Amino acid sequence: MTQARNYPLGDPILEVSNISLRFGGVKAITDTSFKVLAHEIRAIIGPNGAGKSSLLNCINGVYKPQEGSIAFKGQVLDRISPNIVARKGISRTFQNLALFKRMSVLDNILVGRQLHMAANFLEVACQLPRARREERENRARCEEIVEFLEIGDIRHTPVAKLPYGLQKKVELGRALATEADVLLLDEPMAGMNVEEKREMCRFILKVNDEIGTTMVLIEHDMGVVMDISDNVVVLDYGKVIAEGPPAEVRSNQAVIDAYLGVAID
Amino acid sequence: MTEFLFFFEVVLAGMLAGTMYSLVALGFVLIYKASSTFNFAQGAMVFFAVLAFVGLMELGLPFGVAFVATALLMVAVGYCTERLVLEPLMNQSHDTMLMATIGLGFVLEGLAQAVWGVEVRRLDLGIGDFPIPWLVDNLGLFVSALDVTAGVVAAALIGTLALLFKYTKMGLGLRAVADDPGAAASIGIPLKNIMLAVWSAAGIVALVAGMLWGARAGVQFALVDLALKALPVLIIGGFSSIPGAIVGGLIIGVTEKTLEVYIGPYFGGGIEGWAPYVLAIFFLLYRPEGLFGEKIIRRV
Amino acid sequence: MSDKPIFMTFARSDVTNFVVLMIVAFAVIPLTVGSDYWYTSILIPWLCLALAAIGQQIVMGYTGQLALGAAGFMAAGAFACFNLELRVPGLPFAGSLLLSGVIAAAFGVLFGLPSLRVRGIYLMVATLASQFFIIWMIDKFGWFKNYDTSGIITAQDIEIFGRPFTSPVEMYLVVAVVVIVLTIPAINLTRGAVGRSWMAVRDMDIAAESMGISLLRTKLLAFAISAFYCGVAGALFAFTYLKSLEPVAFDIKLSFEILFMVILGGLGTINGAFIGAAFILLFPVVLNSLGNTYFHGMIDATIMSAIEQVVFGALIILFLIYEPLGMSKLWTNLRQRMFSRKRAGDARALRKPAG
Repeated sequence: MTQARNYPLGDPILEVSNISLRFGGVKAITDTSFKVLAHEIRAIIGPNGAGKSSLLNCINGVYKPQEGSIAFKGQVLDRISPNIVARKGISRTFQNLALFKRMSVLDNILVGRQLHMAANFLEVACQLPRARREERENRARCEEIVEFLEIGDIRHTPVAKLPYGLQKKVELGRALATEADVLLLDEPMAGMNVEEKREMCRFILKVNDEIGTTMVLIEHDMGVVMDISDNVVVLDYGKVIAEGPPAEVRSNQAVIDAYLGVAID
Repeated sequence: MTEFLFFFEVVLAGMLAGTMYSLVALGFVLIYKASSTFNFAQGAMVFFAVLAFVGLMELGLPFGVAFVATALLMVAVGYCTERLVLEPLMNQSHDTMLMATIGLGFVLEGLAQAVWGVEVRRLDLGIGDFPIPWLVDNLGLFVSALDVTAGVVAAALIGTLALLFKYTKMGLGLRAVADDPGAAASIGIPLKNIMLAVWSAAGIVALVAGMLWGARAGVQFALVDLALKALPVLIIGGFSSIPGAIVGGLIIGVTEKTLEVYIGPYFGGGIEGWAPYVLAIFFLLYRPEGLFGEKIIRRV
Repeated sequence: MSDKPIFMTFARSDVTNFVVLMIVAFAVIPLTVGSDYWYTSILIPWLCLALAAIGQQIVMGYTGQLALGAAGFMAAGAFACFNLELRVPGLPFAGSLLLSGVIAAAFGVLFGLPSLRVRGIYLMVATLASQFFIIWMIDKFGWFKNYDTSGIITAQDIEIFGRPFTSPVEMYLVVAVVVIVLTIPAINLTRGAVGRSWMAVRDMDIAAESMGISLLRTKLLAFAISAFYCGVAGALFAFTYLKSLEPVAFDIKLSFEILFMVILGGLGTINGAFIGAAFILLFPVVLNSLGNTYFHGMIDATIMSAIEQVVFGALIILFLIYEPLGMSKLWTNLRQRMFSRKRAGDARALRKPAG
């Protein structure tokens, strides 16, 4: 990370302020705040059940936190649904794969282009010029993503038939297709072998470098976190216990305690 | 005073009709609790059971023997369903299971008609469908003896089942399975036996419901449509709650009867046919988990 | 087979299929099929029901919403068409059909609203409400039936450009044109952006929403278009097959039949709608003629229909267990096997001289 970046870190693009989320009596997140800078790769780490996924779900509107606010590009996202958040420019992947199982790889990625398509149903039904043009252009765009992720040979395979690692890649492709400014990646490398993880890291870094996409990712593999992230947020029991550059966080006593002696490296 | 008495009669008639809905709904609840499967065939089971019962009676079997034989037949139906339909579809989506039970319903309806024929049969339980004289004389209430019997039998059956499931080992097992089938199986609860018990219980409940309804309206195909009304009952009461099935049944019974009597005439009647469903829609919009169901939190 | 919308690429397979279809529908059938029975009892109801099955397919097979009220929307379409023909002088038949579909679509949106809150069996019950309510409404308000008390109203004759279309062949042609004209946009919708958003909602609604798809708009659009197809199908069904209008013809039994067409034909395919409709319609015919041949009519018709029910129910279960993608998938498999065998044969033929 020493060479000059195409997209140096900028101002805060995503500001999470004093978020609290409860399910019935269970507190998932308590008074959590942090800021994500434009173009950075931000890792969220923490033990199981620390509220990491819930936090991502709050950011893109799947869960509605009871308290606090989330601002994107300086504008507060108040109690709005995921589809509106997506249209504003935040896309995501899910912890337990959430692909469209019966659709092909290409169709899955094409769904990510949906918010760039404006033709209404009559135009699509009759294949009027705008619908045709959009279909053609967006298919071409998805083919580029397929090429980029090196999954060209499976483009027509229904995703349910793919091995786990490839499905994770397709899900990344679908999120990339939205051309969002911020990508929320919920354990993009869970269950992968070293080889696959390395490949996934390469894609994440490449996207960040070439397009400048801001990434917020949850990851358990500390090696990966140390390698690719600019800053780390550490959650424990729904609270932020540390924040900062990876090197700083790894030596933080609270973090070490939270991981209860588990070696962080 | 007479107006109030009339209203009271309408409500009472609604409640008594409602217990019958409750009885069918109970069959749904038992299976839903044990397997999270919505058994759309419950209505068909009502029809199948009572038709077999009447058929056996026509062959000359005495009442008791015919009842036991039909009950055993319903256990067999439950066993076959478990082995031939549910087991092969284990781990499939709820929608798939639901569609399969729609298929099962058609099989049972067709089978019953192919074996016993399609003509409407009378079922005489020895209880007249006329007002109880004592109530008419002393209170001026016109309430059918059959309705009252049906209500009492339904209430007794529901009570017995509730107690069985609360205090027997089988009942405990059922509750464990309902909570977490995987965990229940891993601690040695015999999943298959429980499923069989539940399907058998649902079958016998169907038989009783069919007999009560058959005695009133004749044993005929229309019973299947009548049994469909258990669906709004379940939505109002919640799919996994026995008290829900009872209260839901009463609400539907009373609502449809009062609407029919007081508002029906303005529309030429027939409100009974759809009012329960529309009531169910309102519940769906405002309280999708029903009165007694658990609130569903979808986690991602 | 192409997976892209027709007219977008003019894929060769689509074009050849289309040309063959046109020749069969408008030349081969009218020229070779002479008996009225085939038109009035098989081709016309098959096409009408297939159109309704497309509607069911859109909401259930593509969008994954377990709806059970197709016949209610068909009734809405049929009676809308009757009243439009009756009360709007000068409205061409095509206009009546189109408006009937639009009216049915309005009902579709109304009764699709619960889909925003609930799914599965809950939704099924909500859609059952539409079935019972629409039939009741038509039955109870005399206006819809033009105050006819006989219970059965004769449908008006179809007139197009002042020319009556009343013979079986003519009515078949009308139905065939409408069905083909409406099937093409259905294919385009399902293969294009709209279909992708439907399927995304079907397969994983939260992910679909996170990709910017509005569940509200997507589901209601599916319900509207589904009801539109059912409405037009209902109008055609009443005007060309039943030739009368009676609410009981659209009872819940028909809704179940259309549901079965879609499940047996194959969820999530347009050709499944046609295959399923053909099966549900033809199976009783075949069963009856078998019964007549082998049992010389000794078996009662009602028993026959009971046996039919058993077979339909059993097939539903068997397909769900062994081939959830239905007959349409069996058909594709068969074609693929034939095709690959032919190719394997070609390969052997090529290898021989070399070896």
